[in-house]
Amino acid sequence: MPAKYHIHVHPISRRFPAPGKSTILDWGEGCLRCTHCVKETCPYLAFRQRDFDQTSLTDTIDNFCKNCYRCVQGCPRELVVKAANPQYRTLGDDYWKPEIILSTYSQAETGKIPVSGAGYGGPFAGPGFDSIWTDMSEIVRPTRDGIHGREYISTAIDLGRKPLFLIFNEQKDLAFTPPPLVEIPLPVLLAEPPLGAAPDKVRQSTVQAARQLSTLAVIPRENLGSDFDQADGRLVPSYVCETLNLDDPLLAGVPLVEIGDHESVLEKIESLKRRYPALITMIKVPADGRCEARLAELAGAGAEVIHLAADQHAMGYGDAGHLHLKDLIRTCHLRLVADNLRDTVTLLASGGIAMAEHVAKAIICGVDGVIVDLPILLALECRLCRECQNGGSCPVQMEKLNVRRGAQRLMNLMGAWNNQLLEVLGAMGIREVRRLRGEVGRAMFVDDLQQEIFAPLFAQPVKDGGRREGE
Amino acid sequence: MALPEIKPVNDQWQPGDPYTPVRTPCRFKNPLSKYRVWRNEAKCIQCGKCVEVCPYGVHAKAGKYVRKPKSYLCLGPACEKNAFYCVANCPAQALTVRLNPVYPTLGDYRWSGDLLLSTWWQAEFGTLPYSDLEYRTGASGGGFDKLRFLFPPRHKDLKLTHDDISLELELNRRGDGRPQIKLSVPWYSAGMSFGSISINAMLSRLRSAVRFNTMMSTGEGGFPDELIPYQDFVITQVATGLFGVREDTIQRVRMVEFKYAQGAKPGLGGHLLGDKVTPAVARMRESVPGSALFSPFPFHSVYSVEDHKKHLDWIKEINPRALVSVKVSTPTDVDMVAVGSYYAGAHVVQLDGSYGGTGAAPDIAKKNIAMPIEFAIPKVHQFLKQEGIREHVTLIASGGIRTAFDIAKAIALGADGVQVGTGEMVALECLRCYQCESGRGCVRGIATTDPELVEMMTVEWGEKRVSNLYHSWAWQLKEILRRLGMRSIRELVGRTDTLVHLDYYNLPVDDDLRRGA
Repeated sequence: MPAKYHIHVHPISRRFPAPGKSTILDWGEGCLRCTHCVKETCPYLAFRQRDFDQTSLTDTIDNFCKNCYRCVQGCPRELVVKAANPQYRTLGDDYWKPEIILSTYSQAETGKIPVSGAGYGGPFAGPGFDSIWTDMSEIVRPTRDGIHGREYISTAIDLGRKPLFLIFNEQKDLAFTPPPLVEIPLPVLLAEPPLGAAPDKVRQSTVQAARQLSTLAVIPRENLGSDFDQADGRLVPSYVCETLNLDDPLLAGVPLVEIGDHESVLEKIESLKRRYPALITMIKVPADGRCEARLAELAGAGAEVIHLAADQHAMGYGDAGHLHLKDLIRTCHLRLVADNLRDTVTLLASGGIAMAEHVAKAIICGVDGVIVDLPILLALECRLCRECQNGGSCPVQMEKLNVRRGAQRLMNLMGAWNNQLLEVLGAMGIREVRRLRGEVGRAMFVDDLQQEIFAPLFAQPVKDGGRREGE
Repeated sequence: MALPEIKPVNDQWQPGDPYTPVRTPCRFKNPLSKYRVWRNEAKCIQCGKCVEVCPYGVHAKAGKYVRKPKSYLCLGPACEKNAFYCVANCPAQALTVRLNPVYPTLGDYRWSGDLLLSTWWQAEFGTLPYSDLEYRTGASGGGFDKLRFLFPPRHKDLKLTHDDISLELELNRRGDGRPQIKLSVPWYSAGMSFGSISINAMLSRLRSAVRFNTMMSTGEGGFPDELIPYQDFVITQVATGLFGVREDTIQRVRMVEFKYAQGAKPGLGGHLLGDKVTPAVARMRESVPGSALFSPFPFHSVYSVEDHKKHLDWIKEINPRALVSVKVSTPTDVDMVAVGSYYAGAHVVQLDGSYGGTGAAPDIAKKNIAMPIEFAIPKVHQFLKQEGIREHVTLIASGGIRTAFDIAKAIALGADGVQVGTGEMVALECLRCYQCESGRGCVRGIATTDPELVEMMTVEWGEKRVSNLYHSWAWQLKEILRRLGMRSIRELVGRTDTLVHLDYYNLPVDDDLRRGA
């Protein structure tokens, strides 16, 4: 058994106060000066700890308030009020919801998995990944020892081409050289985010975190200046097919390269592999209408790793713009299964992977692992305001980020994600993330349940014709 | 079976006797409200006109002075059509009525602000709110929140009165010679352990259960001595951690709940953080104060359905008069699990859906693991029917049952009855801040064992609040049955034809019991 993979989390406080969902408004006019003011008896000492943040010019009370409403309900003159915070709703967008952003901040800060009481308070189901529930087992086999101090659950995956069988010669030795493989201990690769202020700081934090997590960092080649170690075993330079120069010194030092899909990509890979046989190649295929056929074609031609890339909201491109990444993954996975190619190739997906549950759900739909980008920015306190794209200044001063602390925040986030993945695997009684791939039988899709259970009960016309009482 | 003896609680009544609600206001100075009435002190001339006109008691006088308005009793701006609208009647224009800025911050998708406020209302008055508060559904956009009752035209069974309608639930259908337990209402209180909630909260729930002749599960935290006077109404839980499980606690009760998993964290263990393990809790659980307690998953002595049967036999052997309930979560094969539990000897199969739960759980588990109860109930109900054993097992649903309408919908989908937990917590003024597990626990004095915080709530107050809510639920259930022309809640089981689902039905449908007759 391999040594247990452990991510060293360490709390790194936030540099900026995060906006709360609601905020405390209080005023002094009419105050009775009670001896036991609700502000003094606050069980969380929020009023005592509140401060004025000089950089963001905001009150920090929302970071201490836990919404018990004792002040609101206790002040005899009703001078303390909680009101919706308009700043909160402006965080992120329809997909990168404020809830996701705040949860990412706190995971990156503490490295702990989000835990709360009082049941689930969210919507019944939703589009995309929110339409999937994962399975559990009431009784599992004797060897597993609960979620705490449990038996080892492996989250490692292999990247590379896998032979379907082995051939031995007469001396009982392997009769061929197996293709190179890279094992990463968690099914998540980091990638340079497609936007953001101070990209060099973000990039350095990403590469450093990838190194400490023993995973890989996918970085566009043109962004890898001389300040990066040319022989970094954790670096994956990403090339546009035409610009890939076989004499690039970086190619000798890295384990994996990413190449954008192109009609001549297979020839390019052939010449690359001839010169660097130990190098693994990953082809980045946009998740458009022809991705299924293209994946089958590439896998059939011997592709090692394929990266299916959706947009930032986990939707396909072009004529697949209406399809969610989870459905595109399922189609591609099933096509590769039908073609007897699935086990030969490593399939990764990116785009809109925003939470730990998305990792598990993407894998259930059929990928081996995922590549994350925007959560890296969020872990570094980005507000996704996208001001940087318009040349505006960054509200969280990314340019002042301390790279070491940034990398630790990324490790904290991945530590929290990995533990959440373990929760999901543990509940299912699965001991290896590799076994989760394509296990849709261990998941429930809201559309299927609705079709199987509700449609037969409710999809036929009603006798009384919907007359409403009292009309 | 004769009704068990209970310690007299002040006045003379028997379990299951009709209950008259006792108005039990909010514990805090300012009850939260949807609308807010502002009085401009500078303009007010203390004439008392508002006190005179408002029939709802929003305004009141204390001696010469007009008191601070009780906003939560106000109809809101919709009142302006009434002749008694205080704002229009005020000679000094000192009053305004508007949406309370606090209101949009209350609640979440499942428990919307309206649902919290209307549940608090029912806990205070025992009746439905007269204002426009929604009391039937939340805003989760699926499941119960998309199901509506379609009442037949009103002429059908007008003669039926609430006295003709029975809500009774029988728990033993096996015919195995063990006693029958007949509850007067189709719900009982879900397991919440001593430690996760305070003894006061526990006693409030239990004493309400006694009033309504129903039961309460102890959860996995032992059987505190304070519950002994009411032991015939207690269900004790045997869960994976076996905390506080002793032969005498099993021998004391009429029903034992064998818990495999819970909906909020299916397939994961329970976890009581160190701060909440006070000396009292530690004593009960035979552990060390201050050190966190893990309830593992799964049962380390149950790895097959045969092992499962062995455990149920063991409980039945220790207490020959007890019924056995098996609590499971809702995986893809929940129907098979239910059948297995029946053949292992369970009287009650309890399905705990993924969206409920009260204690601390990882967010990823609460949201993603296992299916919502709305799908699990019909799946299991139909499968048990196919197997020909539906009539021999009592199917109880839990995990996300918030209102009387949820109870009725769960039963119409195929359950015999339900377990409720969060609804009772809300009656005790939980506002779902999600901080049950942290530090000393709930700072509103419900889910805590911190001596100072526990003092925030008395058993007398809590008992009345929960009983009032129960009263309102019983009234609503009877009213639903009356409108459907049914004499017993038994008739509603599996009657999905009384429901419509808004995904498949686009005519207007209104099942508000405050309208129509």
